[in-house]
Amino acid sequence: MADKPNAAELKEYADEADAWFKENTVRDPGFMLPLTFMEVSTDQQFDFLRDWQRKVYEAGYLGASWPKEYGGGGLHSDYQRAATRAMKKYDAPIMLNAIGNGWAGPLILDLGTEEQKQKYIKPMLSAEDIWCQGFSEPENGSDLGNAQLKAVKDGDDYVLNGSKIWTSLGDRAKYMILLARTDFDAPNKYAGLSFFLNPMDVDGITTTKIKKLTGEYGFVQCFFTDARVPADCLFGGEGNGWSMAMKTLEYERGAKVKPVGGYFVKELDVMDIVELAKNSKRGGKPLLDDPVMRDKMTQFMIDIQALNLNNTRRRMPQLMQDRPMGLPLMNKLARTDLIQRLTEFSLEFQGSKAGYYVGDENAVDDGYWHRSYLNSFSATIGGGTSQIQKNIIGEHVLGLPKTR
Amino acid sequence: MDNLGNIGTTEEQIELLDVATNFCRDKSPIEKVRALIDDDLGYDPDVWREIGELGWLAIAIPEEHDGVGLSMAEVVPIAEQMGRNLLNTPFGSTTLSAQVLLAGGSDAQKAAWLPKIAAGSAATLALQEDNGDWDLTNIDAQGTVNGDSVTLSGKKQFVVWANNAELIIASVKIDGDVRFALIERGAISDDALRRQAVIDETVRSYELTLDGLTVSADALLDGTRTRAVLEAIELAGSLIHSAEMTGGTQAVIDYTIEYLNTRKQFDKIIGSFQALKHPTVENYVEYEKSRTHLYSAAHCFSDQGRGEVAVRMAASQAHGTYSHAADRAIQFHGAFGFTHDCDAQLYRRQAIFKGALNGDAAWHRDKLSNLLFD
Repeated sequence: MADKPNAAELKEYADEADAWFKENTVRDPGFMLPLTFMEVSTDQQFDFLRDWQRKVYEAGYLGASWPKEYGGGGLHSDYQRAATRAMKKYDAPIMLNAIGNGWAGPLILDLGTEEQKQKYIKPMLSAEDIWCQGFSEPENGSDLGNAQLKAVKDGDDYVLNGSKIWTSLGDRAKYMILLARTDFDAPNKYAGLSFFLNPMDVDGITTTKIKKLTGEYGFVQCFFTDARVPADCLFGGEGNGWSMAMKTLEYERGAKVKPVGGYFVKELDVMDIVELAKNSKRGGKPLLDDPVMRDKMTQFMIDIQALNLNNTRRRMPQLMQDRPMGLPLMNKLARTDLIQRLTEFSLEFQGSKAGYYVGDENAVDDGYWHRSYLNSFSATIGGGTSQIQKNIIGEHVLGLPKTR
Repeated sequence: MDNLGNIGTTEEQIELLDVATNFCRDKSPIEKVRALIDDDLGYDPDVWREIGELGWLAIAIPEEHDGVGLSMAEVVPIAEQMGRNLLNTPFGSTTLSAQVLLAGGSDAQKAAWLPKIAAGSAATLALQEDNGDWDLTNIDAQGTVNGDSVTLSGKKQFVVWANNAELIIASVKIDGDVRFALIERGAISDDALRRQAVIDETVRSYELTLDGLTVSADALLDGTRTRAVLEAIELAGSLIHSAEMTGGTQAVIDYTIEYLNTRKQFDKIIGSFQALKHPTVENYVEYEKSRTHLYSAAHCFSDQGRGEVAVRMAASQAHGTYSHAADRAIQFHGAFGFTHDCDAQLYRRQAIFKGALNGDAAWHRDKLSNLLFD
């Protein structure tokens, strides 16, 4: 366990990080940067973000609190938090390798073998090895436990057949965390699932790009046709796939393994919307003089402030006694829905300019708001739809009976 | 925006939360709440005495006036748990009256009344009038100064717990300015108080006729501090109401969940149906936002600028959420929800009354928008 820094040590580190991000952060490379790891569309964007992650890692500001022996910095997590604060301060680009650093990495550090840790952790931090996630299937999205991609043991290999879909970075990844069915006769659907650290550069795995509602690319469908992968890719043992998949979700909340640092999704700066509203006109008058728009914007401010403060309150057990899992489990639902409503509202500000789109020279902020609104659905659908989140909260927080 | 505050707690606040949670649950079971609806007094005098003995009326009163010397932040957990258990007493009106005395009272007035309140005397405010305006300066009641005395006239509405308050602080206009007069209950004839029919059956509320009442000029609060008094009423009042409503929201959601977890239709526990489950989750999410805003408002209360923003946010969120959660509670109880026996109506009616007394969600948003955007 790394030592907790004293105030002077932490300040020295934070000042160095601040200076580094001030010096090195490129906010406008001359093309639109993705706001989330799910929006990486062009080679230009991918190359830029991969280089950026490597640079941040090499400077010591990513994985600073992961174990030194596997490529981390070995420092107390307060150091990493200070570095992440500096990234936010300078509005630095996102970290590209979200599935690796946020999901696979913590899982491997927690439950992997020494060999797996040596092999996977460092190249994922440096973004040399990009990771993707193979959970959803064309016929099994919200009902993830029903995943059907078939994995059959054959000698020293597993043979994979089936398809995964909505795979961000799937065409650029070296590895996939894969949920596959190894037992079709298991007592229940969950018990038949297994978890793989699956190499993507294998005969029989192909990908097809999927065009998003924004008109951009960013995710793929993966096809597995008699693809043979070594049996040691199996992680956590046959039949434990569901619990491994659920564990990756726990790491998102910072349980057990220290967060890697940085962010994979750029938070919308709400003050930008307030500014946009203040600078907009309606019927020739300032938009915020319109009582309806003014009231709506005020309501949004109340909601935004609540969610920001929820993040502080969730670390205050004295105010979380009755339903301690409430705030952690509602965060995704509340935040993604709010961003969706807010970005939608930002189009209402724009009058006839709401009709422009990315690419038109007259579009407000180069179409940023339009793109943000359309992309907001990736967050209310991906990672468990808002409707599934409501089931989870209803069942696990409020104790209501399962739907089905 | 630098007028957005943070959230935090004090040790005393959390200790009081713990004690109040148990006290209010034990002293105010729902059968007792219902029995008190038909009781003239409207609260249990033994419980009221205990509240005084616990020192809860003295929390935000300085030690020099026999108070505990804490702040409104520590009143919040108590008001929250009272709201949660529908334990309706003059606690809120008395606490608010003490804040009014602190904001605008002379040394003599404070010395006369604050120790009494700290020891358990009830007090209340007479602010509203027939015009139904939440603007506390839009009033017609008058005070006429004659030498050392002031003759009052006009009518005040929604004077809660007036019958048993020892002190009533009434707003009147004197020479066009809003002033506050301290009226002892003993000076008011029973005829001057008319019990109103109000939508919240757990409260006692009165119309107070001022005509014929005379108070000493010493009984007026400092006229140069009227603004501070109005601010204290709006902010401390909103904070107390937000706490009570947030507690009520928690209770009405729990009450609904209990029903959804026991009632069966189509051979299924109805809580398994998403048409009921999802809106209940949405109300719960809004409730947690209410509680976050509430404890942020408590934390920021005395912070100039941030305090009012935080309190208005809490008041708006609490009233909107309480109203909707209780509305859905009635609906989700089906035909039983339509009966007086179903507790959902108690909460729904209370949310309406709290909004009527202190301004509804939209009113607070309007005030807030000026603080945020102008």
